Amino acid sequence: MNLTLNEEQTMLKNGAHEFFKERMPVKALRELRDKDVPDGFDRALWGEMAGLGWAGILIPEQFGGADFGYKGMGQVLEEAGRCLAASPLFSSAVLAAPLLLKAGTDEHKQALLPTLASGELLIALAHDESPRHAPTRIATRVEQSADGLVLNGAKTFVVDGHVADRFIVVARSSGERDARDGLTLLLVDAKAPGVSVTRMRMVDSRNAAAVRFDKVALGADALLGKIGEGHAPLAAVLDGARAVLAAEMLGNASEAFERTLAYLKLRKQFGAVIGSFQALKHRAAHMFCELELTRSAVLGALDALDSRHADSAALCSLAKAKACDTLELVSAEAVQMHGGIGMTDAEEIGFFLKRARVAQQWLGDASFHRDRYATLKGF
Amino acid sequence: MSALDQFRAETRAWLEANCPASMRTPMPEDERVWGGRNARFSNPDSKLWLARMVERGWTVPGWPKAYGGGGLSRDELQVLKEEMNRLGCRSPLFSFGISMLGPVLLKYGTEEQKQEHLPRIARGEIRWCQGYSEPGAGSDLAALATRAEDQGDHYLVNGQKIWTSYANYADWIFCLVRTDTSTKQAGISFLLFDMRSEGVETRPITLISGASVFCETFLTNVRVPKGNLVGRLNGGWEIAKELLQHERGMISDIGKSIGGIVPDVDVVAKKYLGDADGRISDPVLRDAVARHVMDDRAFGLTMRRAAQESEAGTANGGVSSMFKLFGTEQNKRKFELILKCAGTDALGWEGAPFSEEALTLCRTWLRSKGNSIEGGTSEIQLNVIAKRVLGLPD
Ligand SMILES: Cc1cc2nc3c(=O)[nH]c(=O)nc-3n(C[C@H](O)[C@H](O)[C@H](O)COP(=O)(O)OP(=O)(O)OC[C@H]3O[C@@H](n4cnc5c(N)ncnc54)[C@H](O)[C@@H]3O)c2cc1C
Ligand SMILES: Cc1cc2nc3c(=O)[nH]c(=O)nc-3n(C[C@H](O)[C@H](O)[C@H](O)COP(=O)(O)OP(=O)(O)OC[C@H]3O[C@@H](n4cnc5c(N)ncnc54)[C@H](O)[C@@H]3O)c2cc1C
Repeated sequence: MNLTLNEEQTMLKNGAHEFFKERMPVKALRELRDKDVPDGFDRALWGEMAGLGWAGILIPEQFGGADFGYKGMGQVLEEAGRCLAASPLFSSAVLAAPLLLKAGTDEHKQALLPTLASGELLIALAHDESPRHAPTRIATRVEQSADGLVLNGAKTFVVDGHVADRFIVVARSSGERDARDGLTLLLVDAKAPGVSVTRMRMVDSRNAAAVRFDKVALGADALLGKIGEGHAPLAAVLDGARAVLAAEMLGNASEAFERTLAYLKLRKQFGAVIGSFQALKHRAAHMFCELELTRSAVLGALDALDSRHADSAALCSLAKAKACDTLELVSAEAVQMHGGIGMTDAEEIGFFLKRARVAQQWLGDASFHRDRYATLKGF
Repeated sequence: MSALDQFRAETRAWLEANCPASMRTPMPEDERVWGGRNARFSNPDSKLWLARMVERGWTVPGWPKAYGGGGLSRDELQVLKEEMNRLGCRSPLFSFGISMLGPVLLKYGTEEQKQEHLPRIARGEIRWCQGYSEPGAGSDLAALATRAEDQGDHYLVNGQKIWTSYANYADWIFCLVRTDTSTKQAGISFLLFDMRSEGVETRPITLISGASVFCETFLTNVRVPKGNLVGRLNGGWEIAKELLQHERGMISDIGKSIGGIVPDVDVVAKKYLGDADGRISDPVLRDAVARHVMDDRAFGLTMRRAAQESEAGTANGGVSSMFKLFGTEQNKRKFELILKCAGTDALGWEGAPFSEEALTLCRTWLRSKGNSIEGGTSEIQLNVIAKRVLGLPD
């Protein structure tokens, strides 16, 4: 297992670092929020990101992608996480594209992947139905009708759902609640009759939607893969997404930690910089250790995905669980150590805390992943 | 076949032919071989195994051949480690000489000192102890007061050491002494001397685990030849700190070396708590076990990453303190968790009806508490990280 970056990945990371710092600092997220931009992100900047090839990192070259693998994708998202950059990068490039690649027909791939890679098309994954991540707890139903398929159900927290051109919907075609068998993946146009989308205003000022499907009529070309066999490709793609999200969370936590460290060296009370107080020093050192462990877990998971390591599912859960715990710790300590100023909207540190809790819940929190890890390991 | 593959094949064949079957089983703490002038072997195979490894220089495989080592490259060392792990080979020799003194002698010793001490360490002929701590100098090690006065051809040493592990079995001691009282760190020297010297007295101290591995060591007019000074006069602090880095590395690994007889947490949990559909039946402890096992894995990945980074020259300083801190705290958490899972079965002190395993768990739990104290406490490691790695001011 290789836990360091090669030259290409280092360049990608450095490039992303510069880009996000220059073009999409935390200030940009604040502006999107304050101006109440309906998209919740900047289309022009999204175009630039796609132009850099990032939307196609997980797409093979034959479909217009850059094929840099999960480790590459993780580096870009880690840097995005440092700046809390809002864009559809995750939903389109980390969820939709690999799922199309795994489950779609050749026609789907030919038609959709190049436009996903260029950033023109936005696709969101509509899976969860309850406020806690539960990949097989699917009540949304797809049924055969006289002239095709009919979709009924409701989804929550569809990330980037309110700007998506299409959805990949996880629906149940058969089976009991929580069964893996009987899950079907469907490609649904956001404008199709019967689809209604409500923007969810989340605490982190990022984009998600509640989506309802009311007797939505679909043709056979809406099927991604075989009916009832959606679980395997979905599970694989969710794992990749968990590792990349863990990388984004590592970026968030690293930045919040570094800002706090800088504050500890700057702020004076009792005639001394507060970073000289051992009560704060020890907590800072503790956070440092947890961050180092998290970085190793994230790199381990990303490397396992690219090298198709037999244990990659467990490693992805390890990365997400560790990222959740560490980010919870660091984001809370960051506000605390900033004192009263940390509670103000004017100081950016609070933005990290808000994003942290959303990212923790998305794709499974720490307990979800500990439970999963234990199950995978047979205890 | 690459040279390394060739080396692997030869190593595997040699280990298979030479490592006795009884040396491929988990090792109880009392079967460890420490060597020394009064070496004890509780298993005759362990003597044979030591002799064979000594002959190849594989008690210290990375040291130069000239000093009794194996002269292996970093890659070869890794291969040897992997092949020994694969067969479950016991470590043939435990020794403060190997894990602490050797590396600093290689760096700071004179050629004469190296010739005198290193081959004996490699062969396990001399058992060393560490004379650092004093009653008034624990965490604040540089406050030490044991004095060494210049008497022309020798130093005269007077003072008291404490917590000297295995001093009652040791042949020689590496000892920090004060050679200048007008300054703190810059007045310390690093001395070696024979524990048989006149004026050396040791008294064992019993630990909470019932074992007595520590001693108080009293030094009264001990004469130490001047040639036994390592490095510069008053230059011992630098050596002392470097040796501590090696010690911390060893201690953070300790969980693994005693792990032989202690089963994994998830295995203990299943055994004592029972299994419901393949899951540990207590959901709260199951979550705690999962957290523990996952942290172990993340820690393992971090050690591997650190090794890869140091190879690539991008290493982050201060990792030895982090490893000492996390490794020892994690080892303590492990035993607390095992105790919770095993309930009163793990709380026996001696005799029937407790199993050997359960009694060992209990004693090892108590011993594990020392991991975050010996070699510098966790609080001191946190101070070091805050200062050296994070740059926070005093
Ligand atoms: C919601 C809210 C309401 C408030 N209402 C009022 C009010 O009505 N009236 C009013 O006067 N004030 C009010 N305050 C201010 C409040 O009392 C201060 O924020 C608080 O005393 C901390 O001071 P500080 O913000 O300057 O942080 P700092 O003193 O700069 O502290 C920054 C960090 O350093 C730590 N720290 C500082 N010194 C030490 C030390 N010696 N050892 C260890 N750690 C240390 C702190 O714990 C903190 O984590 C309010 C604050 C908040 C957040
Ligand atoms: C199993 C074991 C084996 C040992 N083997 C040896 C050996 O072979 N040779 C040898 O020389 N020594 C040995 N030691 C001694 C060991 O190095 C010391 O015990 C250790 O350095 C702590 O010193 P102390 O016991 O005097 O504790 P103290 O320094 O008195 O510490 C007491 C408490 O105060 C805390 N504390 C102290 N200073 C600070 C600070 N600045 N900030 C925050 N907290 C602080 C400590 O962390 C600790 O919790 C061994 C110890 C153990 C437990």
